[in-house]
Amino acid sequence: MTEDMIVHGVEWTVKELFVYPNEFIYWSIQIVMYPYMTGLVAGAFVLSSLYHVFGQKDLKEIAQFSLVFSLALLPVAALPLLLHLQQPLRAIEPLLTPHFTSAIAAFGIVFTVYGLIVVSEIWFVYREYFVHQLEALRGASGFWNAQRRIAYKVLTLGAKDVSDEAIRVDHKAAKILAGVGIPVACFLHGYAGFIFGSVKANALWMSPLMPVIFIMSAVVSGIALCMLTYIVIMEFQAFRLRRKGGTVEAGETKGAEIDIISKSTRYLLGFLVAAISLELLDLIFRGYTAMKSWDILRSVMYGKDFVNIFVLQYTLGNLVPFILLLLPGRTIKRTVLALVLVLFGVFMMRWNVVIGGQAFSLSFSGYMHYHIPIIPHSIETFKEGVLGALAVITTPFVLFWVINKFVPSLRRDTGET
Amino acid sequence: MSCSRRDFLKDAAGAAFVSSLPLSAFVVLTTDEAKAAVANATVRWGYLVDTNKCTGCGMCVKACKNENEIPYDAEVTRTWVERYVVTKDGATHIDSPNGGRDGFTSDKIRDEEIDPDNIAKAFFVPKLCNQCDNPACVQVCPVGATYKTEDGVVLIDRKWCIGCGYCIMACPYGVRFFHPEHKVADKCNFCYHRITKGMMPACVESCAFGARRLANLRDPDDPVTKIITTERVAVLKDEYGTKPHVFYLGLDNNVR
Repeated sequence: MTEDMIVHGVEWTVKELFVYPNEFIYWSIQIVMYPYMTGLVAGAFVLSSLYHVFGQKDLKEIAQFSLVFSLALLPVAALPLLLHLQQPLRAIEPLLTPHFTSAIAAFGIVFTVYGLIVVSEIWFVYREYFVHQLEALRGASGFWNAQRRIAYKVLTLGAKDVSDEAIRVDHKAAKILAGVGIPVACFLHGYAGFIFGSVKANALWMSPLMPVIFIMSAVVSGIALCMLTYIVIMEFQAFRLRRKGGTVEAGETKGAEIDIISKSTRYLLGFLVAAISLELLDLIFRGYTAMKSWDILRSVMYGKDFVNIFVLQYTLGNLVPFILLLLPGRTIKRTVLALVLVLFGVFMMRWNVVIGGQAFSLSFSGYMHYHIPIIPHSIETFKEGVLGALAVITTPFVLFWVINKFVPSLRRDTGET
Repeated sequence: MSCSRRDFLKDAAGAAFVSSLPLSAFVVLTTDEAKAAVANATVRWGYLVDTNKCTGCGMCVKACKNENEIPYDAEVTRTWVERYVVTKDGATHIDSPNGGRDGFTSDKIRDEEIDPDNIAKAFFVPKLCNQCDNPACVQVCPVGATYKTEDGVVLIDRKWCIGCGYCIMACPYGVRFFHPEHKVADKCNFCYHRITKGMMPACVESCAFGARRLANLRDPDDPVTKIITTERVAVLKDEYGTKPHVFYLGLDNNVR
């Protein structure tokens, strides 16, 4: 059989006992990445809104960072879907002929609305900075300064009024956008949960709790990633300053401020408890009602996927970081370890939902095992393999690096915003 | 402004006529109603599988693959035949090697030898798309590339399908797959290109035992419809509310 005649899914699906002939793991690693990345976007935005809307002043610094970081994450929420499509050139069709009985049809619309909210909020928050940069660069010579001046000129969109009144309006607009953004962010992700929860053919997925579980774990992962990136960047900056040996203020050598971290940790733990409670409720309910599908679900959850679900997800990804964060005398290193574990735990949750939901046959008489392609030998095994997933994971950091050049979210000299 | 008596009367008559039209004279049709109004209401395709007659020869699978240009050796197939062997201890052994395409020539089920004296019952069950009245696949398609025709068959537009796989996930019967050549969703459509020209589907044509038959459920004189309406038939997985239109005679409760 020629390369292009290979059936989608054959290369990474291993069947056991009786499985219908057409059943394969059709939704693989990229569909694990999709809710994972969307969750990070939504979580990062919710964290930033805690400051902008609810006035949690001590979160100000991380809030600015999360807002910019959520913009860097945003394109990456759609990337896995694009990589997963069999006809990626037709990706625009859901916007051209949306079929609204489908949960996927509104993705483009929700995604675009959310993107516009994030971009405009950032613009209102940073407009003053853009104007100041433009003024500072006015007399500067050199090719790159000229380029930067043009970039900032475009970024101001011609609005160069920095009077107190204008800035006050900016802040008000940012606050309103952050407020509107929260439900939209939750919708963007809750509805990723709906995509799975509404598949009646899938015994594991079908649950009205799915969207809520997805939102809770999204906020958990978003806060964790923002905290982690924030700590790493701040520590790195502090390290660089120490090495230069220049005059360093006491506040900056401390690296990541412990106050910000403790406050964010409290929110993280709150959402983590909510997420775990809902997941356990779902599990208990399935066991108690013991519908027709329970036999095969039980054999998957307590047998085939036991390590993935109970060891990696619940113990290593939830329980251990929970204890690490709660024990007194928390250090930055321990927090970093806990955050990495939390991120891993949420990833395993997505994995166990997406791959676990396809681990058993619709006939309830057989199993399917997923062997993720590691070394690609075709475009498909690249896209839907380890390398494709790594490409998706690294993109937001590259984007953040670029965006941060123009919208500095971590420098302390950004002034009042 | 001049206005002759003739013009005045003409306009007045027109105005009187228009104002006498009640709003209810205009009917706004929904898409479904508009379709129903122009649809050929005399045809609703259904299908009857007599499991008592199926011998598991696999000719239907062969015919289907050739007729519908599904790569012959690809693992996917629009129709397939399952073998069920229920042993006296109550265990059910099921297999469908190559979708039953080459028949069931081995007594072994997945390399497991089953003692013939220990068999309580054994039978074959052909499977195909159920052309549901409430198709989950059509509901979830984000671009409307899969749709139900007026005569009840669910079709796929190969030029519009984006290949997201949501329909494959949504079908409780596992009849959908990605076509290895066209890279879009694919499934049985009762050989729509044949049945709309008065021919039988390839699987029906090729079944030497009359185990597979097509029915026009709107025609009370159709012999197959008569069987469906007068005998005790069953459908697969009706708990999903999809209202499947492939009916089975002699369906065992072990069939998945």
